[in-house]
Amino acid sequence: MATLTYRDALNQALREEMQRDPNVFLMGEEVGVYQGAYKVSRGLLEEFGPQRIVDTPIAELGFAGIGVGAAMAGLRPVIEFMTWNFAVLALDQIVNSAAKILYESGGQVPIPIVFRGPNGAALQLAAQHSQAWESWLAHIPGLKVVAPATPADAKGLLKSAIRDNNPVIVLEGEMLYNIKGEVPEGEHIVPIGRAEVKRPGSDVTLICHSKTVAVSLRAAEQLAEHEGASAEVLDLRSLRPLDEAAILESVARTNRAVVVEEGWPQSGIGAQVVDVIQREAFDQLDAPVLRVTQADVPMPYNKQLERLAKPSAERVVAAARRVLYLD
Amino acid sequence: MATNVYMEALSPTMEEGRVAKWHKRDGDAVKTGETLAEVETDKAVMDLVARADGVLRQVAVAEGQTVPVGSVVAVIAAPGENVSAPSATPPPGPAGKGKRETGNAAVATAPAPVTVTALSAPPTDATRVKASPLARRMAKETGVDLKLVTGSGPGGRVVKKDLERAPTTAPAATFPVSRFPFPDRPGAPYDDVPLTQIRKTIAKRLATSLGPIPHFFLTTEVDMERASEARDALNKQLGDRGKVSFNDIVIKATALALGTHRACNAWFQEDHIRYWNEVHIGMAVAVEDGLITPVIRSADLKSLGEIGREAKDLAEKARYRRLQPNEYTGATFSVSNLGMFDIDQFTAVINPPEAGIIAVGSIVQKPVVLDGQVTARRRVRLTMSCDHRVIDGATGAAFLQTLKQMLENPLAMLL
Repeated sequence: MATLTYRDALNQALREEMQRDPNVFLMGEEVGVYQGAYKVSRGLLEEFGPQRIVDTPIAELGFAGIGVGAAMAGLRPVIEFMTWNFAVLALDQIVNSAAKILYESGGQVPIPIVFRGPNGAALQLAAQHSQAWESWLAHIPGLKVVAPATPADAKGLLKSAIRDNNPVIVLEGEMLYNIKGEVPEGEHIVPIGRAEVKRPGSDVTLICHSKTVAVSLRAAEQLAEHEGASAEVLDLRSLRPLDEAAILESVARTNRAVVVEEGWPQSGIGAQVVDVIQREAFDQLDAPVLRVTQADVPMPYNKQLERLAKPSAERVVAAARRVLYLD
Repeated sequence: MATNVYMEALSPTMEEGRVAKWHKRDGDAVKTGETLAEVETDKAVMDLVARADGVLRQVAVAEGQTVPVGSVVAVIAAPGENVSAPSATPPPGPAGKGKRETGNAAVATAPAPVTVTALSAPPTDATRVKASPLARRMAKETGVDLKLVTGSGPGGRVVKKDLERAPTTAPAATFPVSRFPFPDRPGAPYDDVPLTQIRKTIAKRLATSLGPIPHFFLTTEVDMERASEARDALNKQLGDRGKVSFNDIVIKATALALGTHRACNAWFQEDHIRYWNEVHIGMAVAVEDGLITPVIRSADLKSLGEIGREAKDLAEKARYRRLQPNEYTGATFSVSNLGMFDIDQFTAVINPPEAGIIAVGSIVQKPVVLDGQVTARRRVRLTMSCDHRVIDGATGAAFLQTLKQMLENPLAMLL
């Protein structure tokens, strides 16, 4: 199995899917000549030509709308946003067109489109460019939302997203593009809607996705080392649909949970996970479920403040200690 | 804010408790979960634990004093906080709880009543137990009363590990072994001794048995010759890994016989009869100033060696009054043995809601006619008390017959 970066795993998925299906094309800012702001589309213009690797003006609403139209006409567009912070401008096309057309056409017009790009904070990009949008997007019926944390999941989920006949949001991460991991070659598919235990444990479940998976794995190591507590790390991978069965199975084993996410606390993904747990696993709980989120403020630019505002392994450990009644 | 320390219901039937010993004194710092006092309940000596962090104040109940469940016995104050004195009387409880007798001889020795002043904190419901949902489910499944479990979670919340922690700690040897209750007053024409909690419970429980329950009694004499041989052989085999007693053999045989006579393994429940599929044998144990029936669970499934070890362990705990409530509740049938007191035969009182109890007399050598010859055989008399609402004469007799056959041919227990 080859070791690839997250960006190259996405590149591999795009290339393989474009080779497999001539209806697949990639469109977005700087995806062609510049080969992607984060080099995800490296080499694709050369291989597939400007008809299938389409550079656009800085007009998110416009090219998202072209994508939806292309999908209506039977193509399978992949729309890249340079960051999801810019995609706010395209939300009307995503929410009001892509997510609604199958429903409003009485099931006649499927919209097989992928909207992808980096989500959440990187380093010192300040309040407007450091936002995690998953709870906004997962809120919408008609959309599927995935947030891979590893190169293998990035490849497998992007392939699933491209093949899906519904609009799928793929949330990547600027801080994830460089991470490396083993990626199966060729036909590697990760089904949408399946969480994965990234580290088995017995005392508390750390439920996470995307960048917070690495945070949770570090927290699990610290808990094992300093507290002798065995934490299970459950990577949601898909946020809509949510793998409720995997959440409940893990909580049934550990009886305690902490939900970790990059977004703000109010109405976050963690709130949804906690709802599932309290509703379906009430009798399995030995402690209230706690959440670790970004601080409930616009992301500070100051480096130290930014570090404190983000979910960290230390904060996950502190929350785990509280649900384990170690404090 | 001050937190009241209540006399808690530490056993399922406890209505009042006697403070046997204070572990903390007025002014001592206390932490949630720490033992404040040892309380003698109707069944055992249990720990009363702190439900808050702070400083113990206003200890209103002296050692030896008995107060009803729900009474404020002290207050846990924040350090430096000034609190008014609690009263040793129960807080205004929910209506319809009925009047309680608070006056008895023991209470008369209490110190002068303290000034009754309303506490600023509204009295919390002393019967509400903090427990995690998981702990509640586990308690329900295992029949444990959460009120009796000391919670290790925040604010004394009972969690999974509190229910898993088997009471394996050795009984504290500090418990006074001889506490004969008669005061030393030579020459007095009589002595009035207040009822201890366990005596009160025995009185109450047994009065609900022999009176209301229509008892009838069946006696059979059992040849114990082969059981004796089997016991000797087993004990030789066991060596220093334990001993099997006649009582263990009777418990095992009773449990097995109940397996084939389910009609006798039942509880009378007013509007229905609960026939048990599991066999849990209550084993009457004499303790100082009373008796208690610890339970050997699933005795039909346990080996004689296991029953022997468990019976010994439970009896020891019973004598030190360290049985946990789940160790003396839930029996489906009982065995009482007075053989060691040279009692030939007796009738035992049914322990409701169980429907039957076997009374075991002493094993004595008797001349018996066997194959036309008079020979000496070891014999024991078993008397079964039956609740006629559940067990009819023939039903009880058939069970007793099976039990007799098993004891006379111990190998049958292997079938």
